[in-house]
Amino acid sequence: MTPRLSDIWVYLSTTPLLGLTVTLLVYQGAFWIYKRANFNPLLNPVPISVAVLVLLLTVTHTPYQTYFDGAQFVHFLLGPATVALAVPLYPQLGKLRRAVIPVIGALIAGGIVAAGSAVGIAWLLGASDTTLLSIAPKSVTAPIAMGISEKIGGLPSLTAVLVMVTGVIGVISAKYILNFLKITDHAVRGFSIGVAAHGMGIARAFQVSEEAGAFAGVAMALTALASSILFPLLLWAFTR
Amino acid sequence: MLGALTILLVFQLAGEAISLGLSLPVPGPVIGFILLLAALLFRGGVPDELRTTATGMLQHFSLMFVPAGVGVMVHLSRLRDEWLPITVALVLSTLLTIACTALVMNWLMRRFSRKDAA
Repeated sequence: MTPRLSDIWVYLSTTPLLGLTVTLLVYQGAFWIYKRANFNPLLNPVPISVAVLVLLLTVTHTPYQTYFDGAQFVHFLLGPATVALAVPLYPQLGKLRRAVIPVIGALIAGGIVAAGSAVGIAWLLGASDTTLLSIAPKSVTAPIAMGISEKIGGLPSLTAVLVMVTGVIGVISAKYILNFLKITDHAVRGFSIGVAAHGMGIARAFQVSEEAGAFAGVAMALTALASSILFPLLLWAFTR
Repeated sequence: MLGALTILLVFQLAGEAISLGLSLPVPGPVIGFILLLAALLFRGGVPDELRTTATGMLQHFSLMFVPAGVGVMVHLSRLRDEWLPITVALVLSTLLTIACTALVMNWLMRRFSRKDAA
């Protein structure tokens, strides 16, 4: 007797294979569209893939956890890929060394604006305290942002989502803002998108040039270092 | 490729060990990134195999954000309740952050390179 289609689905939907395969298929489809559209930032493959996958999971009543059991193999690669950022940075070290003062100045300005304006605007518009604390580290790379959120009393999983949405907004808008401000230096373009939009910004910057990608990588690493030290200090100063 | 992947994982592992061992707030992969950079400086160059693997991985860096991004479905109800403050804050703050960072860096770059030339 051949198994019924629904039985096959019941089996496959519980194995990690399905979540992983679907993630790769959907992403490659989205990337194909992105490529065909000449890398138009409005068609960035990440938000499109996320939307399609959320829709698929909702329609098939698949819980996120079941999906993630498979997709975690892709998620896991974030770690070694972050380490790998040292490789494209290496040939840019000379330029980075000459730009130490601009880099530190931009990091301080960008960091203060990123956290301050997000909390300030959300507070003005009446967001709940949990949301305010979860939104503060939204420009920091996800693992650190989640850690900070937990330390200061936000919801780490909500922070992860806000970090992702921030990344999407950053990669869609960066080109237009930077062109409008007539910023032509790829080091500056890459660095600013790295400060605002963490790893997703890096991914976008690498599509432009190695130099932009390398500086976006430096920006993410420095933002991560600075905020993992400064956020707990700020909280300590405020709650004393 | 296998050798390069092993190098990356070894550096990540070392980073995680340092992060946990010294209970630092900085995540392991970021420490691993700094350690690998130090190792490349010490060695005075990037091995070809490592360059090929790293470049290949980073070309698909976007893909790795998709599984975490799908987590948005878990928070749909909170996002629905507070969509206005969240959307406005994220959009405006991200635009402001990109603009401020770029303008400050651009201004400092010009100022300091002029000083060098003088």
